[in-house]
Amino acid sequence: MSATVNHVGLPRDAYKGAATTLCAGCGHNSITNHMIKALYELGVEPHMLAKMSGIGCSSKTPAYFVESAHGFNGVHGRMPALTTGAHLANRQLIMLGVSGDGDTASIGLGQFMHLIRRNVDCTYIIEDNGTYGLTKGQFSATADLGSVQKKGAVNTFQPIDPCAVALALGCSFVARSFSGDGKQVVPLIKAAIAHRGTAILDIISPCVTFNDHDGSTKSYSWVKDHEESIADVSFIPFFEEVHVDYEPGTVRDVRLHDGSHIVLKKLGEDHDPTDRRAAIRVIEEGRAEGHLVTGLLYVDTEMNDFATTEQIPARPLKDMGEEDLRLSREDFAQFMSEFA
Amino acid sequence: MTEPIVNDLTIQAATVNGSGSQTANLVLTRAIFHMGIPVAPKNVFPSNIEGLPTWYQLRITPEGHMARSDKVDILVAFNVATWREDLKTVRPGGVVIHEEAFSTADTRTDVTYYAVPFAKLAKAKIQSDTLRKQLANMIYVGVVAGVLGIPWEALEHGVRRQFLSKPKAVQVNLDAIKVGFDYWQDNFSKQDPYRLEPMTGVVEGKVLVEGNQAAAIGALMGGVTVVAWYPITPSSSLCEYLIAYADRFRANGDSEKRISVVQAEDELAAVGMAIGAGWAGARAMTSTSGPGISLMAEFSGLAYYAEVPVVIFDIQRIGPSTGLPTRTSQADIGFVYTLSHGDTKHLVLLPGTVEECYEFARDAFDHADRFQTPVFVLSDLDLGMNLWMTPEFKYPEKPFDRGKVLSKDDLEKLAGEWARYRDIDGDGVTYRTLPGTDHVAAGYFTRGSGHDENARYTEGADAYARNMDRLARKLETARHALPAPVADESGQKVGLIAFGSTHAAVVEARETVKVDYLRVRALPLSDEVARFVSRHERVYVVEQNRDGQLYDLVRLALPPQLVDRVRSVRHYNGQPIPAAAIIEPLSQQEMVPA
Repeated sequence: MSATVNHVGLPRDAYKGAATTLCAGCGHNSITNHMIKALYELGVEPHMLAKMSGIGCSSKTPAYFVESAHGFNGVHGRMPALTTGAHLANRQLIMLGVSGDGDTASIGLGQFMHLIRRNVDCTYIIEDNGTYGLTKGQFSATADLGSVQKKGAVNTFQPIDPCAVALALGCSFVARSFSGDGKQVVPLIKAAIAHRGTAILDIISPCVTFNDHDGSTKSYSWVKDHEESIADVSFIPFFEEVHVDYEPGTVRDVRLHDGSHIVLKKLGEDHDPTDRRAAIRVIEEGRAEGHLVTGLLYVDTEMNDFATTEQIPARPLKDMGEEDLRLSREDFAQFMSEFA
Repeated sequence: MTEPIVNDLTIQAATVNGSGSQTANLVLTRAIFHMGIPVAPKNVFPSNIEGLPTWYQLRITPEGHMARSDKVDILVAFNVATWREDLKTVRPGGVVIHEEAFSTADTRTDVTYYAVPFAKLAKAKIQSDTLRKQLANMIYVGVVAGVLGIPWEALEHGVRRQFLSKPKAVQVNLDAIKVGFDYWQDNFSKQDPYRLEPMTGVVEGKVLVEGNQAAAIGALMGGVTVVAWYPITPSSSLCEYLIAYADRFRANGDSEKRISVVQAEDELAAVGMAIGAGWAGARAMTSTSGPGISLMAEFSGLAYYAEVPVVIFDIQRIGPSTGLPTRTSQADIGFVYTLSHGDTKHLVLLPGTVEECYEFARDAFDHADRFQTPVFVLSDLDLGMNLWMTPEFKYPEKPFDRGKVLSKDDLEKLAGEWARYRDIDGDGVTYRTLPGTDHVAAGYFTRGSGHDENARYTEGADAYARNMDRLARKLETARHALPAPVADESGQKVGLIAFGSTHAAVVEARETVKVDYLRVRALPLSDEVARFVSRHERVYVVEQNRDGQLYDLVRLALPPQLVDRVRSVRHYNGQPIPAAAIIEPLSQQEMVPA
């Protein structure tokens, strides 16, 4: 009896990585498992996956899934630059970036914003716990005003909300979720990968060691009590048929560039995920009311991605040789004569 | 009148930045070059868009000396703000062409004056209000042509060549030159000894190219496909030329380009993009100057440890941005060589001519791929932004060297048995795979310091030390593959070592002081340096920085008994080094026959 395989013929085990070295119960480990599930179900070919990361607990996780894929653990806050370059070298690769809240919202805020500005085709996952884990629990820039550190210190600064920043910049895909909500995270990861352009997925991921206590707004209990999903998300990949068995008017269907669909089932108020101003309003209202709004906030399936804007050929630049790149002997002679 | 001085003079145009004077200077340069006369222009410009003083030195010698002259024969004084100071720079017996309205009270009596009413002529003779200010500069080209006897045909060539892409501009510029040319004919008789006469024998087969242009052509021929940069003088023109050449030579119609040139948000991102692209298998580069190099320090260390090929151009200038960012320097060499934290040491190429800017830029991509490490190309403002007379560049005869990259077929033959950081060949250079290689064993995890031969994470002391030793072995392999020093010796007791743009001044100085010469062209230094020092009683290291950075590196590379033979000659005022800055100290210290 053969093991169950996905549509490219690989078992789930092909998507596993090295054993995690993060703390037991870390939200990031849940996200790693969601990632394995999403990549397996999507049928991503491991050799076409490039796992990119910066520095921090979050940035270690690419070693813990799809071991046979290439990965690059770069420098702090600079995953976007490495991702942009690798993508330009070979636009066939599936670029999957993993970052944290320090890596994104503090040291890497500039690169985060410019990646979005260019709409580089990649998935950018923020494993967001509001704290610096590896350096033992300092506040990060996503920590909420008034949230309390393990030893009692109170955060006195406004948070930087990566989703709000992304929306303000016109990012073509913005979503938020919770590491403990696999039902929502998995389809969002799939949708982010299928999306053509920069897909920002901010996943609140509690730090069990430094930020899981009373007074923290990034703890398991706080997020469980305050999460408010704007719609149920399901993802139907291009290789599966769409079955819609919902009541008319209760779902929204977003068709992505590769033929996949994101199906959103209304929960409370109807949110139009193609309305950027509405997305900003939903975040602001959630914040005012003390809720963590999760789900697909915004998507623009039409925006040109960076490689298209840059006129990069489908054939990878890395594969081009002398015949593609050097002037011919005649052209070179003509060119040199112009300097006389 | 004294003996005529033919084809051996230095013109200095003192003008106002942003007034269009650079175009006039280039027309004059091209016209004289067209007469078969060697030219060596140096543009001294401020960090300013409009209004501050700027100087253009056009040196003309029958031998084709390329270094800056420290003497001015003919001053074109166009800037009232600097007029009195400029006048002091003219050698006795020299010529001063100046705006008639400038006060000549208490001026020198040992020079010849030609006072020209430039402003009045421009007002009366140039019809276009919008172009008057710019074309006024062309009037002085006409006056200089009159004084020196530049034939009209050469001026026509200069204008046509300068306005290759704007043929409509040719006639108005020629008309403006004619105004000055006629004014001189009608109003002056020749009072000075300077003349230009067509000649043959030096400029044939030569072209005029800026070092940054040459480097851009080199990168293009070297197969660069990803360029990420952030604007900074004096490096910007390198990438701007690349953009222009890419549009011309790398476009498939209007839809596709076989290159991507990205203007990044800063130098951190620029080098990061280039490293990401190099990791994924593209030939990638960035170009910057000192302050940008500072920002690239962290990423350079990662690329060194993670062994990622990337080419980084440093077009050196004087330090921080506030002050003299548009003046030349060779003071980044020590910084660049060990840029970053930890035990980093880099391969650094040191082009000394524009031809080498082309060749080293081209070959830097081979070195980077072959040794899987950052390769720095160290040019400077003088070399990069001035026009230099050079032999036409040679077409590359060698294919790209993409280094040790395992393909899917290679991995199948090896049955997947390979290790990213295992030294199979004993040269310290290991095999890599690229993302997208369709084999289950192809993937590996790239990180900085902590990895074993299989690229697995480890903080093990032995694995770390083993890896550092291998990296040292790799650097040693690379050292022997980089461009060797160029020696020119005739058994003198005294030797001279230099690098980069200092070369031009050394060539000229050696006509006066009899010394042997070794020009180093790469770091880490070749063993040839120690051998050269051992053959000489004393060796002077000449360079354009305050502390003698190459001097230090040379001494570190010598056995103890040779260290005391080495002395240091330094020039560091922001102006390109003239031959005199070498001749004077050597004459004093060595009493070598002049």
